[in-house]
Amino acid sequence: MAKVIRLLSGNEALALGAYHAGVGVATAYPGTPSTEILESIARFGDIYAEWSTNEKVAMEVALGAAYAGVRSLVSMKHVGLNVAIDPFMAASTTGVNAGMVVIEADDPGIHSSQNEQDNRHYAKLAKVPMLEPSDSQEAYELMAYAFDISEKFDTPVLVHTTTRISHSKSVVEVNSSRIAPAKPTGFQHDVKKYVMLPAHARLRRPLLEERLAKLAAYAETFPLNRVEWGERHLGVITSGVAYQYAREIFPKTSFLKLGMTYPLPEDLIRHFAAQVDRLIIIEELDPFLQENIQAMGIKVTGKEFIPRLGELSPGVIEKSSRTAGLLAETAPRQTANIAPELPKRPPLLCPGCPHTGMFFVLSSMDKRSTSRFKDKGSEPKLIITGDIGCYTLAAYPPLNAMDTTACMGASIGQALGIEKAGSNQKVIAVIGDSTFLHSGITPLVNAVYNEGRITVIILDNRTTAMTGHQEHPGTGISAQGKETTAVDLEQLVRGIGVRDVKVVDAFNMKALRTRVRSALSSPELSVIIVRGACSVHVPRRSSPRIVDTERCNQCGVCLLIGCPAIQSENERIYIDTTLCVGDTCTICEQLCPQQAIGPRSRIEVTKSS
Amino acid sequence: MPPAGDRPQVQDRGNEIIVKNSNLLITGVGGQGIILASDIISETALTAGYDVKKTDTLGMAQRGGSVVSHVRIGSRVWSPLIKEGEVDILLAFEKLEAARWIQFLRPGAIVIINNHALPPLSVNLGNEPYPSDEQIANILKQRTDSIYFVDGTSRVKELGNTRMLNMFMLGCVSSLLPLKVNIWKESISRRLPPGIQQINITAFNQGRKEGKNVHI
Repeated sequence: MAKVIRLLSGNEALALGAYHAGVGVATAYPGTPSTEILESIARFGDIYAEWSTNEKVAMEVALGAAYAGVRSLVSMKHVGLNVAIDPFMAASTTGVNAGMVVIEADDPGIHSSQNEQDNRHYAKLAKVPMLEPSDSQEAYELMAYAFDISEKFDTPVLVHTTTRISHSKSVVEVNSSRIAPAKPTGFQHDVKKYVMLPAHARLRRPLLEERLAKLAAYAETFPLNRVEWGERHLGVITSGVAYQYAREIFPKTSFLKLGMTYPLPEDLIRHFAAQVDRLIIIEELDPFLQENIQAMGIKVTGKEFIPRLGELSPGVIEKSSRTAGLLAETAPRQTANIAPELPKRPPLLCPGCPHTGMFFVLSSMDKRSTSRFKDKGSEPKLIITGDIGCYTLAAYPPLNAMDTTACMGASIGQALGIEKAGSNQKVIAVIGDSTFLHSGITPLVNAVYNEGRITVIILDNRTTAMTGHQEHPGTGISAQGKETTAVDLEQLVRGIGVRDVKVVDAFNMKALRTRVRSALSSPELSVIIVRGACSVHVPRRSSPRIVDTERCNQCGVCLLIGCPAIQSENERIYIDTTLCVGDTCTICEQLCPQQAIGPRSRIEVTKSS
Repeated sequence: MPPAGDRPQVQDRGNEIIVKNSNLLITGVGGQGIILASDIISETALTAGYDVKKTDTLGMAQRGGSVVSHVRIGSRVWSPLIKEGEVDILLAFEKLEAARWIQFLRPGAIVIINNHALPPLSVNLGNEPYPSDEQIANILKQRTDSIYFVDGTSRVKELGNTRMLNMFMLGCVSSLLPLKVNIWKESISRRLPPGIQQINITAFNQGRKEGKNVHI
């Protein structure tokens, strides 16, 4: 086919590569920076793509498809693989039938995650091959290799990407089109391969070691492991985006660029090491390559000067290489203290966000708000365990309405634990709809069974907002836009055995306050479902509110909501009418003690009368 | 772009010819259309035959946080991230977000700032002041004297919608880059629905006219 030049993100390139490699089933749970892989592939109408309830389920669906003879792809963020590790280990043990590729996207620097972890260790743990692209072109090309390796060696293949690869756009020469997928073999009954009874698992176990040895031999000639010779006084072994940074800082140096980082090509590495005077490794996060290469008895350094935490960049590599004497000292450019102390701009809950009202209720009941208009109140009487989503932003001032955030679904289990530890403070767990369906159901079952008295607030904004508005089982729309069966949260919660279940309008301040009060005084476990559509996902803008400057006495209550549309300048409070969503929200209007906020029609009528 | 209006500069660095990349940093606040703007710059450069890489740092939220986008154009681009001290052009959609990235500027970089303030929450809550125009200029003057304020927000408001700010700012920067105007307009039209293409091109043209006042 004629080649086409396109500008693609790493995620778009991975999706296109998988599509061209004949993938038939693709699954994922959204998670930055991996989300766009499934979003891109779902646009191809001739394959099946789904948002699964969580990464573990996504992995199991992909594994089932591979067993049934269809090439499958499952993608997730780094912590998603923590959730899916159980079926991932199982997939490694049973092997596959048709190819199965697992893409996991790390987030060095913690741009949008709860932690930083180096998922390359999972390849070693699971004894599976791992491929790493260093730009979108490689991301596109390596998917075909990944599926071939998976089938040739009867193993799932891990593809390791990072935020900077997934979310950078670079030029891709699209040089193939979709291969005709092999006719599915269908599921072939083979209990010794697929039923992991101990007796069968013991038979599979040595095969994993044999597979790894064969893969190591294959790695020696794998085309994406390549040597780029330059000057030989220094040799750099690197992979992923670190390769791009290192090429820029060491333009004349020799490189061993690894596209397969597990298992490693030992002979190739020895050959390269023998040809250079000094060998270093430049890799992001942990010394994964370094420790594995040192274990071969090869003398090499890297993490002695390259940082092991945070995201690398050309600047970081240059600075640390200079410290290590690898680059000539140059007169340092004046950089000290040049970066000024400026007001920070953390992300906020949006204007019209359906989470804001509930968090304002919790914050004000517990006197948590802070601003120049109000001193911080007494010690909190509530303990609010939080979860993963946009609503984690409620932990910031002025709301200060979250006390814990750990991982998907943790709020409910943590709340029960705090209660069982004998806390005399009332414990409230706050969790979003998508997060509840991902990992909140089992801890709620646990709380019912173990007679918890916690209150669980499910913030039901009808979407997976933080990752860019993906559908989930509660919305009843599939990843490919089809109407399906929606899971009814209220019925689900009642079915688990919760008796005290209330559904409340996210924008009705009085109702929110009443429901929380009644739940807190209740002796039994209660669930409040706060329902209101995400204002970005369902934009409805009408009659933005304005401030009646004559009535307003600058009390500042409206500023404690933390709405980005409400601003103050020179002791004057005003609402940015290009940001305010108006009629669907009106939280500030309901709260204003002076009735100084309203639609233009009412404020101007009041003024003229 | 160094030097002004020319093709990227070729340097002989031993075993390979390296062409100096042109580095653009685009900064502002989530929701101002920065990602689309940097996409369009990149697609225009690609159509014109350059290698290009772009990357955005967004943080976790959809709206309201600080956003910065790196765009690198040249004959061969390695890193998608620009090294500190190597930005040639800073295009700031908001005043405070111009000053925040000073350490990325090379000496003598061109800085185009939309003369508009979006005070962050800490300023609204009265916890800290928003810097004055003079303070912002003084911060930037540590690296460059080529600082230009443009009235982007008020100009596109006159055209009917502040969402077109990104097209105005694209227009400003387009006059500094060696990319033909018709390619810019094609890239813009490819990314917008037909109904709003014309008015956005008008915003682009106004910005381009404004950008011609920038002396390099």
